[in-house]
Amino acid sequence: MTSVTKQKIAFTILGGITVLVALPVLLIVGVIVKHGLGAISWEFLSTAPSDGMREGGIFPAIVGTCCLVVTAVVVAVPLGVFAAIFLNEYAGDNWLTRLVRLAIINLAGVPSVVYGLFGLGLFVVVLKFGASILAGGLTLALMNLPVIVTASKEALDAVPQTFREVSLSLGVSKWKTIRHLVLPNAIPGILTGIILEVSRAAGETAPILFTAAAFYLPGLPQSIFSQVMALPSHLYAISTQVPNISLETRYGTALVLLALVFIVNSFAIFLRARLRAKRRW
Amino acid sequence: MSDPAVSTIPPGDLPIPSDQPAVEVDQLNFFYGDFQALKDISLSVEPRRITALIGPSGCGKSTLLRSLNRMNDLIPGVRVEGTVKVLGSDIYAPEADLVALRTKVGMVFQRPNPFPLSVYENVAFAARVHKTARGAAMDELVERCLASVFLWDDLKRNLRKSALDLSLEQQQRLCIARLLAVVPDLLLMDEPCSTLDPAATQGLEDLMGELAKQYTIVIVTHNMQQAARVSQDCGFMLLGELVEFDKTENIFENPQDPRTDDYIRGRYG
Ligand SMILES: Nc1ncnc2c1ncn2[C@@H]1O[C@H](COP(=O)(O)OP(=O)(O)O)[C@@H](O)[C@H]1O
Ligand SMILES: [Mg+2]
Repeated sequence: MTSVTKQKIAFTILGGITVLVALPVLLIVGVIVKHGLGAISWEFLSTAPSDGMREGGIFPAIVGTCCLVVTAVVVAVPLGVFAAIFLNEYAGDNWLTRLVRLAIINLAGVPSVVYGLFGLGLFVVVLKFGASILAGGLTLALMNLPVIVTASKEALDAVPQTFREVSLSLGVSKWKTIRHLVLPNAIPGILTGIILEVSRAAGETAPILFTAAAFYLPGLPQSIFSQVMALPSHLYAISTQVPNISLETRYGTALVLLALVFIVNSFAIFLRARLRAKRRW
Repeated sequence: MSDPAVSTIPPGDLPIPSDQPAVEVDQLNFFYGDFQALKDISLSVEPRRITALIGPSGCGKSTLLRSLNRMNDLIPGVRVEGTVKVLGSDIYAPEADLVALRTKVGMVFQRPNPFPLSVYENVAFAARVHKTARGAAMDELVERCLASVFLWDDLKRNLRKSALDLSLEQQQRLCIARLLAVVPDLLLMDEPCSTLDPAATQGLEDLMGELAKQYTIVIVTHNMQQAARVSQDCGFMLLGELVEFDKTENIFENPQDPRTDDYIRGRYG
């Protein structure tokens, strides 16, 4: 066998494996779109469920998921970015920061249902927020923090050290250097972490099951202390606890969740590409 | 490149009294951990002149330069003994204000290092951060600083262009313009021409001559001819010691120390 044919065979095998990896994703999306598209209508998107959730739409669940994700992002992004700034720019390499880093890495691997139980204990019971947007959002924020901190820290770390030196040599203070030079250059990387975590916050069921999700609540939330329906828990509920529900309704709900995540991600990826094109080194 | 003879350096901003040294270093010892990089250095830099520091690689030229604006502070484990006075104030005193020091003492680095921003935003950077200028005043500041480094005519139509798309020489000039916008008194230059070709080096040396009419310049170079061409005072360093410090012509024509003589004659490489 010549080296050229060997190379051809290797390329074919590698290409095949790549397709194999992408295949499940395409299949999942394909199946959901095929079965779910028929359910999508203005009524489905804009009305509450009715007839024991077999009829009507999923509007309260869409609103609920949006509320939960926004709460999680509003809490987790500033906390995570500031923690990353502290770890990367201020804290040196000592036992405390090593401990914090170790904790963050381990937290990223904790199963989401554990966050759910923790949120139930702390936010719902001890802090008496009840099952609510606040408790669910905070639980999701906790779940998101490790990845946001890690991604932000890596993004800050990737900004060349010389930028900081030059800025300091121009008489710009350390904080202003971070604020005006390091952070703007790290935003694309930070956004990557946020993108990942928005999808996770929108899609996870376990963390909100005990902390925020209502089985059936046709009205819209009145405050952050309201309980809400959410897309993933609604999907879970109608798939497991509502007999004789049409396949279309279930897949339609999944499709809306998928589309929501897709829209948010595309926007963030677009934003990141714009920022990257502007700032490069 | 514009004609350097047509000086566009702004008038005013001449705060150093002519009779006072711009920098006075007294018995300076500098340590990276256990390693002593500077040994008992004493020298004084006269205002509005160009002072060159020469010596073989690794002799401590950069370390000495960076101890004048305390950029060495960023390295963990360094220790300083002795005093350094810049414009009359002891910069290693406990109450010394680092930000104020670094606005008075600007630094040009070995590699041109513009920020990944437009030409305009590079020059405007410090003023934007400190909110000291905006609108028309900012435009005027940017024009004045770019004109001072003879970049204005070349770039006035391309102010929004990324600084990273400029030639290396233009980048280094831009870095000097960015520095001038802070209104420093003292300019420290660490081998500013080492990445430039001979023509660009010539251009930058002419610029230094122009800038020296208003600013005090300390330049590190391992290029002896450059030191001879641009400087009025010159120090020769070897293994962390300042072997000799004198008028440039004395160093090159009548060195007092045999080690200086050896170096000038090219015996250290
Ligand atoms: N960050 C550092 N840590 C430890 N040693 C250093 C550091 N920077 C420079 N040195 C050492 O200090 C000496 C002087 O370095 P430097 O001032 O850069 O010399 P020059 O600029 O004359 O080439 C060298 O021996 C170098 O190895
Ligand atoms: Mg050096």
